[in-house]
Amino acid sequence: MAKITFIDPAGEQRTVQAEPGSTVMEAAIRNDIPGIDAECGGACSCATCHVYVDEQWTEKVGGPEPMEEDMLDFAYDVRPTSRLSCQIKITPELDGLVVSTPERQG
Amino acid sequence: MTETIKTDVVIVGAGPVGLFAVFELGLLDIRAHVVDILDRPGGQCAELYPEKPIYDIPALPVVTGQQLTDNLLEQIKPFQPTFHFSEMVTGLERLPDDRFLLSTNGGERFDTKVVVIAAGGGSFQPKRPPIPGVEAFEGKSVHYAVRRMEAFRGRHVLIVGGGDSALDWTLNLAPLAARVTLLHRRDAFRAAPDSVNKMRALVDAGVIDLTLGQAVELIGENGVLEAVRVKRDDGSTHEIAADDMLPFFGLTMKLGPIADWGLQLNENLVPVDTEKFETTTPGIFAIGDINAYPGKLKLILSGFHEAALMAQAAARRIDPERRIVFQYTTSSSNLQKKLGVA
Repeated sequence: MAKITFIDPAGEQRTVQAEPGSTVMEAAIRNDIPGIDAECGGACSCATCHVYVDEQWTEKVGGPEPMEEDMLDFAYDVRPTSRLSCQIKITPELDGLVVSTPERQG
Repeated sequence: MTETIKTDVVIVGAGPVGLFAVFELGLLDIRAHVVDILDRPGGQCAELYPEKPIYDIPALPVVTGQQLTDNLLEQIKPFQPTFHFSEMVTGLERLPDDRFLLSTNGGERFDTKVVVIAAGGGSFQPKRPPIPGVEAFEGKSVHYAVRRMEAFRGRHVLIVGGGDSALDWTLNLAPLAARVTLLHRRDAFRAAPDSVNKMRALVDAGVIDLTLGQAVELIGENGVLEAVRVKRDDGSTHEIAADDMLPFFGLTMKLGPIADWGLQLNENLVPVDTEKFETTTPGIFAIGDINAYPGKLKLILSGFHEAALMAQAAARRIDPERRIVFQYTTSSSNLQKKLGVA
């Protein structure tokens, strides 16, 4: 299992256990993390699971693929560390990952 | 206004479940009209994930949204449904003789005995850009579609987005507008490469402007836009003067006018029974993702089952005298004749 911490815009932290192989979005939905809508259910089709990856983790997580980059065009307040959490696959290396949720999803 | 179409069934929504409803109704000799707000069949399968593989359609180990749509169209061909694309059913009225009058935003009217709501997550509508207070400018200075190009003659137009709609309207309005500015988050575009090249040529020629950044604030009063504040990647902001803004942020699903049809709703879903998949209004059925009942799973295969049972009940409503004999397509020459294979 990998630990993932979500920080909401007010600064509140929530840490959940996530199974390697699943996605950060799935971990959020399973644990009722507020601020992740995931309308399309993980098809990279809606940009409502937008998160900011903590600067310490951007290198390990990597950047978005072109299709995800296209979907990010529809997200709100996109920053250099923006990712769609449905496209971040959890690996043992991501144990301890920290992401922030944006003020709003699309 | 066009003549009212008199029919037995109108299906609202041409997604996989709406399409399969045509099949099940067709086996019972009922021809359907199908209305969809998109310009093509397939619903979410066509709009959200045409290329994505689906793994839980029985007997199809893997199929893409587009293949599933194409297969369903092939399957329902013998039943010759009449499609009405790019139209949204806006009105539903009960007529005194237990029929329904449906009207669309395109001015079509249907006088029908049965309504089948197969509207999935609702109708696809342009996504509102995530800018605070944008609602106040909608219709006056913020437009999600271009109905009349002339309306933009001599105006300063800000087009936002990087897809085909944004690029197409940038190219089309450039000769007409006082100035067109294209605003996009990054210097990469999803639109067709040809349009992107044409856009870049216009930028190089000094005909239009391209600005990279995200719109964060609309400046103006009473819905009349004056400027748009844009945030760059480094966090700095600047203003772009604009009379009109055309944001192209894709489509999202909204329940839409179904909410106004006097149906019982439960969290934007339509409750139905699990025998006929009929709503609390006799004659109006709801199948697929839009309905709700205990144990409901939003799966395409569930929608197919619902379509089959709905069709039996719809047939009884259309002709109460009729005796429906249950038949299999494998053995019934009657069904095979309808399918054009006998």
